[in-house]
Amino acid sequence: MTFRVWLPHYLCRTTPEPGIPTADAEGGDPLPISAILKRMRLILFLLEPFRWVGRWGLDTAAHIGRWGGLGMQTVRGLQRVDIWGRLLMGQMAKIGVDSVPIALFIATFTGVVMALQASYTFTGAVPLYFVGALVGKTMILELGPVLTGLALSGRVGANIAAELGTMRVTEQIDALETMAYDPVAYLVVPRVLAGVIMVPMVVVLATGTGIVAGWMTSLYLLDMSTPEFMKGLRLFFEPWDIQFAVIKSVSFGLTITSIGSFFGFTTMGGAEGVGLSATRAVVVSSMVILVLDAFWAATLL
Amino acid sequence: MSIILKDIHKAFGANQVLKGFSLDVKDGETLAIVGQSGTGKSVALKHVVGLLKADRGEVWVDGRNVGEMELEELYQVRRNVGYVFQFAALFDSLTIGENVGLGLKRIPGMTGEAISNRVLECLALVELEGYEDRYPSQLSGGQRKRAGLARAIATQPDYLLYDEPTTGLDPVTTTVIDRLIIRTREELKVTSVVITHDMESAYRVADRIGMLYDGVIRFMGTPEEIRACPDPIVKGFIEGKPELLEEGSG
Repeated sequence: MTFRVWLPHYLCRTTPEPGIPTADAEGGDPLPISAILKRMRLILFLLEPFRWVGRWGLDTAAHIGRWGGLGMQTVRGLQRVDIWGRLLMGQMAKIGVDSVPIALFIATFTGVVMALQASYTFTGAVPLYFVGALVGKTMILELGPVLTGLALSGRVGANIAAELGTMRVTEQIDALETMAYDPVAYLVVPRVLAGVIMVPMVVVLATGTGIVAGWMTSLYLLDMSTPEFMKGLRLFFEPWDIQFAVIKSVSFGLTITSIGSFFGFTTMGGAEGVGLSATRAVVVSSMVILVLDAFWAATLL
Repeated sequence: MSIILKDIHKAFGANQVLKGFSLDVKDGETLAIVGQSGTGKSVALKHVVGLLKADRGEVWVDGRNVGEMELEELYQVRRNVGYVFQFAALFDSLTIGENVGLGLKRIPGMTGEAISNRVLECLALVELEGYEDRYPSQLSGGQRKRAGLARAIATQPDYLLYDEPTTGLDPVTTTVIDRLIIRTREELKVTSVVITHDMESAYRVADRIGMLYDGVIRFMGTPEEIRACPDPIVKGFIEGKPELLEEGSG
């Protein structure tokens, strides 16, 4: 039975039971109106997930389009060095330097845990100097960039979205425009540039710290010697790994700052709108970071 | 030297806010646009400086069509139009002095010294001497509005647009702001458009008053003419009688 035949039948007639004669040869008795409405509501309820997926898809497509539009304006705003030039250093300090403590904190504990868990896993089966290889390789390739990126999407992305969102709802962005400033060149360009320049630096610093933390753990908690740890660290090391981490970090810096700026710029409403923008900035940039992580692994390794 | 809005239509989604709004602001006059909250007064004002684009209709400033301008040309118009925002819209991260001087930095040839002199001059005009190093959060609502006015006049524009300059202020501060608007016009010879729903304020500052109702200018005339207007919608609004408004719209 096709859907087109089944649907009106299901809506208007009872399901025939074998052996019991019904009014209709096709099967089933006519249903009362209340039962028809009940079945219609059930169908609508079952269709709800499809409607939700459709709406989500359209909203996402619209957001991507508008994010692309802001991207184009940002590229155009790059020419206005007179506007963003003197703001860049301040943003580099705010986005990069101020993020160093949290990045180092995360990297230190990741390095310690990596070394301890590696030694626990390798016991007896794999030589202990592989701890150095595992700590080095995973910190450089994965945990240094990704954990720092995720932490900064919370610290930096939410901050940018909330700051620009508040400026939007209090008409400060409109005020900039009335004073003949390109608001994208004034607000977005210095933030995005600072992210692209500083996030890789923070990542390199965090990765180095994580490796040192792993090394110290190996020395003091695992009874390994420095030469042993270094032997492992050098074992699978490729200079390309560092370039890979930097490329990833640049893309993460761009993601965090551009998505934060986008949600800030498109904020509507009052305090609730600002809160929503900050949340969205963190959630979306974290998701994009993880997708980019997989993308770079698939294309560059 | 004039601002002309011709048959402006503007909708936000299904909400049609302006339905053929037209306005002709004459050189040197102060025109007040009154109307109930949410009727689109601020929306109309934002069209003048291109902050909003009309769905239909034209905006002319100094004989140039704002809707057809390139960005650089629009910036030139904006430098000549000071905009006083409803809640001042001062930049929280900058001091009052930096806020007032921000527009001046965009003027070619302005030295640092010339900028700081002009900032002090503007702050003196709005009676905020000595406040240049404070941040907006350290100012009261009335002081913030005055700082917003100082920022708007800093670039010596020919036009000033005031968006609800006295909303949320006490009666004394309202009078102070109204006097500032009058003084600004007398001293700087600017053409002004004042958006307000405060009739007392409109009577004090305006040469002409236009009432916005249902997306169009319902009435335009001098303060005396609007007081004598028999239209129940206009009368209901200026006298604060909702029953007259209902009678008129029904």
